Amino acid sequence: MVELETVEPFFASRQELLDEILGRYPEYGRRSALMPLLWEVQRAERYVSEARVEEIAGILGIHPTEVRGVMSFYSTYHDHPVGRYHLQVCSTLSCSLAGSDELYDFLVAELGIVNGETDAEGRFSIQKVECLGSCTTAPVLQVNDTYYERLGRSRCAHLLQALRNDQPPEPWRERGGDTLPPARDGTSNRGTSETEGSGE
Amino acid sequence: MSDVVAQRPEPIVSRSDPRFEVVMFRHVGVNGAWTLNYYLGHGGYSSAQKALTRMTPEEVVAEVKASGLRGRGGAGFPTGVKWSFMPKPDGRQRFLVCNADESEPGSCKDRYVLEDDPHQLIEGMIIGGYAIQATLGVIYVRGEYYLAYERLKNAIEEARAKGYLGENIFGSGFDFDLILHRGAGAYICGEETALMNSYEGLRANPRLKPPFPAQAGVYGLPTTINNVTSLASTVHILERGAGWFSGMGTEDSKGFHHVQLSGPFNKPGVYEVPMGITYREIIFEVGGGPAMPAKAFIPGGTSCPMFPFTDEYLDTPMEYASVARKGSMLGTGGLILIPEEKCIVDAMYNVVRFYAHESCGKCTPCREGVATWLPQMYRKLLEGLGAPGDLKLMEDMVRNMRGTAFCPLADACAMPVQASFKFFRHEYEYLVEHGRPKYQKSDWWQA
Repeated sequence: MVELETVEPFFASRQELLDEILGRYPEYGRRSALMPLLWEVQRAERYVSEARVEEIAGILGIHPTEVRGVMSFYSTYHDHPVGRYHLQVCSTLSCSLAGSDELYDFLVAELGIVNGETDAEGRFSIQKVECLGSCTTAPVLQVNDTYYERLGRSRCAHLLQALRNDQPPEPWRERGGDTLPPARDGTSNRGTSETEGSGE
Repeated sequence: MSDVVAQRPEPIVSRSDPRFEVVMFRHVGVNGAWTLNYYLGHGGYSSAQKALTRMTPEEVVAEVKASGLRGRGGAGFPTGVKWSFMPKPDGRQRFLVCNADESEPGSCKDRYVLEDDPHQLIEGMIIGGYAIQATLGVIYVRGEYYLAYERLKNAIEEARAKGYLGENIFGSGFDFDLILHRGAGAYICGEETALMNSYEGLRANPRLKPPFPAQAGVYGLPTTINNVTSLASTVHILERGAGWFSGMGTEDSKGFHHVQLSGPFNKPGVYEVPMGITYREIIFEVGGGPAMPAKAFIPGGTSCPMFPFTDEYLDTPMEYASVARKGSMLGTGGLILIPEEKCIVDAMYNVVRFYAHESCGKCTPCREGVATWLPQMYRKLLEGLGAPGDLKLMEDMVRNMRGTAFCPLADACAMPVQASFKFFRHEYEYLVEHGRPKYQKSDWWQA
């Protein structure tokens, strides 16, 4: 006889979080909590498993197929685990004009995996994604929730090394145009970079 | 009367006009500008206070109407007019939704406001909410913008703690609160009815209009949807007056806009410019000129048809009507420069691939045309397998996609393809004839 593995419910031990999410929305709009619930699960477990789909469906009083339907529509929910560092390469026109195709080739050569794959250790996944909204500071690589902008060849090599050592650097947030404060001497305001950011 | 006309100052249509000053982006990029203390230290929330305590909602709508502000999300619908479409208050909950799902390739202006100056948006939401008499606002921010989400979350908590959100704001008797909602990566959520479905926890398929959101929006209740920079603009319109805003730009397009310069520019970045500025000034003076010879530019994000890099198009003023007359759109202001040595067919395949990925699959012209056949045709050409009849077939396909789909996504894909055929058909023909692109791919990646 096969013993079925029982999965501990995710939100059972997080009642406060669940109440906070459900409480954000009006009573008549309870279903709006669907995407935030999926986000919470994915953030903690790096994907949304079948068991979690059923659990969320139960919380919202809808059919699991409806949850799956929503999940499959959006490109940032995963139904299988991604690596500890999920590398998302923006491949849209502005990034492509700044070298994102070569950046992708570099990652493939370095990590030995291609688009959609995770390495054997479960450390890295690569995913080609569409526009990340970092067009003026292209090319951009998103590692989990963090943007690394204007990612040149040497900086990319440096970033990979840091991730291999499990020491993700602070986000590299680049700026340009009016998004840079004027230089003190009143001349060009270009070429500085800011390394401050959200962190995890 | 003629004296009055003669005395009327010339509107500001150049970034180098000494009267022009960066307003909305002046604190973007400054360390710590996202905190309430910083924002208050620079006069924050005074416009909202003025609106709520000294003006009626009708006066706020009238002021925004008088300013001539048009939506900065791409469609360009007059903001004040949109607000006035809301039905008279009838006791139902009313919503103001901020579309912060910026995902048009070439555009990143909203991200900088969300990340670096979130209180500016919150203040704009309070003003907009008061104008349309909504008591709940929703900021729908795209899933990838995690830093923006975090900063907004903190900013909303700060504003709520200070009493700028919640009940009886500024003692005016007006209640307003915000829901921050995170999307999950779907371009179609930029379409307002798709965004409403997404917010409600459904697949983001667009809805049939009418009914328009003002009649039946989120949860079937009266709703108005505005872009991030449209809402933030209202803060400055109320602070400085409609006359200040309409003193910039042209008859058809008032105020300022944000151009986001990407591609091989010497000074890429996001710049605030007055409407009516020419593309030549934007590219050569603001953006420092092309870093390598250019052959085309896309004026407002990839859904806008491209222009060749010639005098006629460079001298076009950046205003809704002039750009439309030349066959394109102002869009979001995401200006992408295409260098001479980039194969246009390859560039357009990149654009088409984007729309193919983002099509929701609801209707046939988009599902079959945008998402299936067009990218396959491009792949066939780029693999050197093109046949002479293919170009005619592709042109027929995009013509049949125009205006036949449920929402504007198919048009957003078809129009730039048509423009590429119009101006660069010779590159397609070269590819079909020789089996390889006229411009071979070079290594673009810098150290």
